[in-house]
Amino acid sequence: MVIFNGKGVCPAVAAGRISVFRRADIQVKRLKTDDTEAELLRLEEAKKTAIRELGEIYEKAVRELGEANADIFDIHMMMLEDEDYNEAIAEVIKCQNVNAEYAVAVTADNFSHMFENMEDAYMQARAADVRDISNRLIAKLSGNSGNGNIPDEKVIICADDLAPSETVAFDKDKVLAFATAYGSSNSHTAILARSMNVPAVIGLGEEFLSAVKDGDIAIADGFSGEFILNPDEKTMAETKKRQQEEQQKKELLRKLKGKENITADGRRINIFANIGSAAGIGEVLLNDAGGIGLFRSEFLYLENSSFPTEEEQFLVYRRVLESMAGKKVIIRTVDIGADKQCGYFYHEKEENPALGLRGIRLCLAHREIFRTQLRALYRASAFGRLGIMFPMITSKWEIDEIKSISVQVKRELTDEGMVFSDETETGIMIETPAAAIISDILAPEVDFFSIGTNDLIQYTLACDRQNRHVESFCDNYHEAVMRLIELAADNAHKHGKWIGICGELAADTNLTERFLRMGIDELSVSPAFVLKVREKVRSLDLS
Amino acid sequence: MIKFEYTIKDELGIHARPAGGIAKIAKNFRSAITVFKGTQSASASKLMALMGLGVKQGDTVTVTVSGEDETAAEAAIREFFEANL
Repeated sequence: MVIFNGKGVCPAVAAGRISVFRRADIQVKRLKTDDTEAELLRLEEAKKTAIRELGEIYEKAVRELGEANADIFDIHMMMLEDEDYNEAIAEVIKCQNVNAEYAVAVTADNFSHMFENMEDAYMQARAADVRDISNRLIAKLSGNSGNGNIPDEKVIICADDLAPSETVAFDKDKVLAFATAYGSSNSHTAILARSMNVPAVIGLGEEFLSAVKDGDIAIADGFSGEFILNPDEKTMAETKKRQQEEQQKKELLRKLKGKENITADGRRINIFANIGSAAGIGEVLLNDAGGIGLFRSEFLYLENSSFPTEEEQFLVYRRVLESMAGKKVIIRTVDIGADKQCGYFYHEKEENPALGLRGIRLCLAHREIFRTQLRALYRASAFGRLGIMFPMITSKWEIDEIKSISVQVKRELTDEGMVFSDETETGIMIETPAAAIISDILAPEVDFFSIGTNDLIQYTLACDRQNRHVESFCDNYHEAVMRLIELAADNAHKHGKWIGICGELAADTNLTERFLRMGIDELSVSPAFVLKVREKVRSLDLS
Repeated sequence: MIKFEYTIKDELGIHARPAGGIAKIAKNFRSAITVFKGTQSASASKLMALMGLGVKQGDTVTVTVSGEDETAAEAAIREFFEANL
């Protein structure tokens, strides 16, 4: 068993026999010719055939992948007809008195280098498009059909890299997965694999290429990016089990996607998703969450080598809001300190970090960090339905401080001519016993509450979450915790405010009924649990 | 000659798809249409040159249109920028 690490593209696992994809190897030779006119004519003919073929691939892609994904082949046709590209080829033929194949190869090199030298990853990946169309042209000139071996059973296709046209040319029903030595997640191949819903692992490296042989067994894991060559029995059994689980998840999705979160007696609840970075949005939409109930902004701070600027933050928040297209997005202000530390920010060593300068306390102690984040959040609020949530609240004065800073920030933005939404909701996390106990005092000050169960349990039961010796004392279902949640729910509703739960308990379906009876309005869970909780809600009858 | 300025809002800038769209429109008109990014420029009918400008989100480009059907051409190109970029 050998494991190669790459990047997973489509989240699914495949196991099966390998087929190594080989291109018909075309050697381009530089040949002198006196009859450049004849070469130009050959070029013209080859181009016509290539464009006709691309037209056929385009039609196949439209049928199998939809128009948006087929567009690339329309672009390829246009690239083949591009004036600069064609003039460059003709120029080489005429000036150097050489054959068309060589002229195409030289031009392909020049144009693909232009793209490779561009700054952004998207444009660099376009070099592959230039090579793809040029190889097709050369294949036509050499009278070659262009394609290598086509498998006749379901296989994992292994290759150095696959051009978009090669990817689409495969019969979808014969492909278990794609695995390539090179390639980027921006490549069209990656994009096409995703829309074909075929697992793909890319960037596995050169050793992968020399190790794979036709007929070998392998596992391609589109989640982890692993490619396991000749797996042992145990690994194979685990994979089979995972595939079954995946199948069940898909079943659930098919059954519950688009359905309401409603009990048999008509009680409705919102089921939102928790995410830790903008990359999680795909999962949120895939699992049909009604919104984002907790967007942890920490990653912006933890993955950076210095404090993220207002602009950096604004772009991320805006992207999240735009991607959610009008659905509610609740972003929690930075919650570093305690177990989450960032290296560039000097943080005095604390005897007891869980009881130390964390969450809102850190923000109020270092207001510039806080103001930058609030400016970015309010600027982004113009692009969707934003809620801002503050962590680790224990007293009313903290909310007073937050409000006065927010008023200043909004005034500044107005003075600078920036727009923001007046409908932005503000809420607080209820994750300390203090906040739950005085929730009647806090409720009039905010638009919503969200219960952070992990911290609420740890602070109520005086149990360190990371200390396994006290695990048996850390009872998730402890009556004290339940009563605090119920108290907060009652006080929220007395003041006409809504209340959600965004901690891990929200996904615990043993508690769904109890939460619904308390009147909880929203449960925010990891994207993978959205449909499980929906299934539970739909099975309940509270009457 | 007429011209207009446009600031790109699309996250990927003038990437393959919109460049293809611009080139298609440009080929429908007799006017010469040129896209400028700073001192660099590309004919709007040339797909690869357009992509080669590397126009990104937030960049401001100037588009010049000159020829007998410049009014109609300018309107069509401008409409495409506003709808897609």
